[in-house]
Amino acid sequence: MSSQAKAISLRIAQTIPVLLGVVIISFVLTRALPGDPAAYFAGVMADANSIEATREALGLDKPMIQQFFLYVGDMLQGDLGRSISTGRPVATDLAERLPASLELTLTALVLSCLIAVPLGIWAAVRQGSWVDHLCRVLVTAGVSLPTFFTGVLLIYVFYYLLGWAPSPLGRLDFLYLSPPRVTGFYLIDSLLARDMEVFFASLRQLALPGITLGLFTLAPIARMTRAAMLTALSSDYLRTARAAGLGPRKVLYGYAFRNALLPVVTTLGMVFSFVLGANVLVEKVFAWPGIGSYAVEALVASDYAAVQGFVLAMALLFVFLNLLIDLSYALIDPRIGFTEK
Amino acid sequence: MSQSIDIRTGGWSHFVYVLRDNPVTLVSFGLFAVFAISAVFGPALVPYDPLATNATSALQPPSWDHWFGTDNLGRDVFSRVIVATRLDLTISILAVAISFFIGTVLGAIAGYWGGWWDIVLNRLFDTIMAFPLFVLAMGIVAALGNSVENIIYATAIINIPFYARLVRAEVNVRRDAGFARAARLAGNSHPRVVAFHIIPNALPPMMVQVSLNLGWAILNAAGLSFIGLGVRPPTPEWGIMVAEGANFIVSGQWWVALFPGLWLMLAVFTFNLMGDGLRDLVDPRRRT
Repeated sequence: MSSQAKAISLRIAQTIPVLLGVVIISFVLTRALPGDPAAYFAGVMADANSIEATREALGLDKPMIQQFFLYVGDMLQGDLGRSISTGRPVATDLAERLPASLELTLTALVLSCLIAVPLGIWAAVRQGSWVDHLCRVLVTAGVSLPTFFTGVLLIYVFYYLLGWAPSPLGRLDFLYLSPPRVTGFYLIDSLLARDMEVFFASLRQLALPGITLGLFTLAPIARMTRAAMLTALSSDYLRTARAAGLGPRKVLYGYAFRNALLPVVTTLGMVFSFVLGANVLVEKVFAWPGIGSYAVEALVASDYAAVQGFVLAMALLFVFLNLLIDLSYALIDPRIGFTEK
Repeated sequence: MSQSIDIRTGGWSHFVYVLRDNPVTLVSFGLFAVFAISAVFGPALVPYDPLATNATSALQPPSWDHWFGTDNLGRDVFSRVIVATRLDLTISILAVAISFFIGTVLGAIAGYWGGWWDIVLNRLFDTIMAFPLFVLAMGIVAALGNSVENIIYATAIINIPFYARLVRAEVNVRRDAGFARAARLAGNSHPRVVAFHIIPNALPPMMVQVSLNLGWAILNAAGLSFIGLGVRPPTPEWGIMVAEGANFIVSGQWWVALFPGLWLMLAVFTFNLMGDGLRDLVDPRRRT
């Protein structure tokens, strides 16, 4: 086995204790409630009989340890309980709504990377210039912006004042039918169905929430890019590269940026934590039918199985994304694997 | 005695130097004073009762009578925004204080005694950080029950790892330092050495963390109440006021959501700037 494969499998093995921890915390949140969990899960409208039925169905009359294994067993079968408000299994609800959230999150991330990375590079190259100051102002303002407030402001300006954006209600205007479901991403599905009208309609609908979420992630990425580029630009190997007579383009992108990319990719892990949380707020503002707004509706209706299923799903998604980031890090950086020796 | 005075005046002149050097920090301290005043004296200063409804003057745009306009029930938005300061600051300061305290204790245990404690506590912090933090806060509030108190606990829990990790690192490097050993030889017990000899050295970086965290805690609490957790209407609170105002933004009544949102933003901005300023104040590399 090559050293790189070893490093990668070691990294994958490291997620196991984290996953175990996530499941334990999620179990504690679900079952160790200060009140009677059976009453919580049965819902607000439950009577004594249905509470008792819930207790037996969930195995809440058994000892804690046994309950934990039952919980893990159910989870492995994809059973996260049943939502009271929709009456369907939580896992089905989440799976159906997940693509909407992912489409929004990924659009926002791509958008903010496209702006933040060049901005950070530019600010680092022209340190002290107006670009650098602009970058610094954006970064400081960006971390102070409440996402839900940005969303409301954008709706006012682009929907009410300018009339550029469609009404901020969901993924598609009611004039259009949603495209046949293949991936669940409206942009991709409408392209697959060759329906350009629906494609542009869903793009228009996606624009404002995407920008809101993108603005929020802009700050950390730009800050990290700038800092990493500054470190790389003042390094010895870059001086050597310049002294060897390499062109400025080659020095900047071939040497400085490739090295600066590593810390930037690592920050993406942190950014995901924020963005998955901010997603909930943005979905609420734009009535976006993703898993965030599902959780908010469930919270308001005291639908605990749905909320806990959502928390668990988000944590698993986050652990998985972090794993993906670390693995891509191992692939970008040729030195990884040699450190083992 | 004379030496301690020297240190104090040295610290004070450094404080003045930093403020002069960086006017932004001065502005942030000024803004903080404004927020502190409106938190303490807010209810006595505002022109209207923040809860008094008045159907005849509903949804009025900003005017001389109502600086920030009125909401759909005719309540004065300015009064509500100012009065809300106390609740928002209380939530975030209490949450940060709790996580500061618990994080310090746990971090000191992990850093000083090491071994199993260190491994178990680190695993716990890793697991907490493995959740998207806002989502974990939602889950905690849902599990504990929907109240302001539980918002504070949830915000505190998700902040604990940041302090614990910081303290753990600071305590760990000083565990075997000369002064710590001397204190131990002089007959101090382990907890006493940690609490009175090692922790004070870790305070400066922690104060920076506190200031940066306060801004984040306000955002977090406002976000939770925006989605309908914790604070209940008609209590004035910035997050919930933006949520209420969002219903009127599509029909053009911008002032109901704008002003609480701006105030929230300004508060977070103030704490972030103060954090940067405090970092300059305590960063030894800048103290020449």
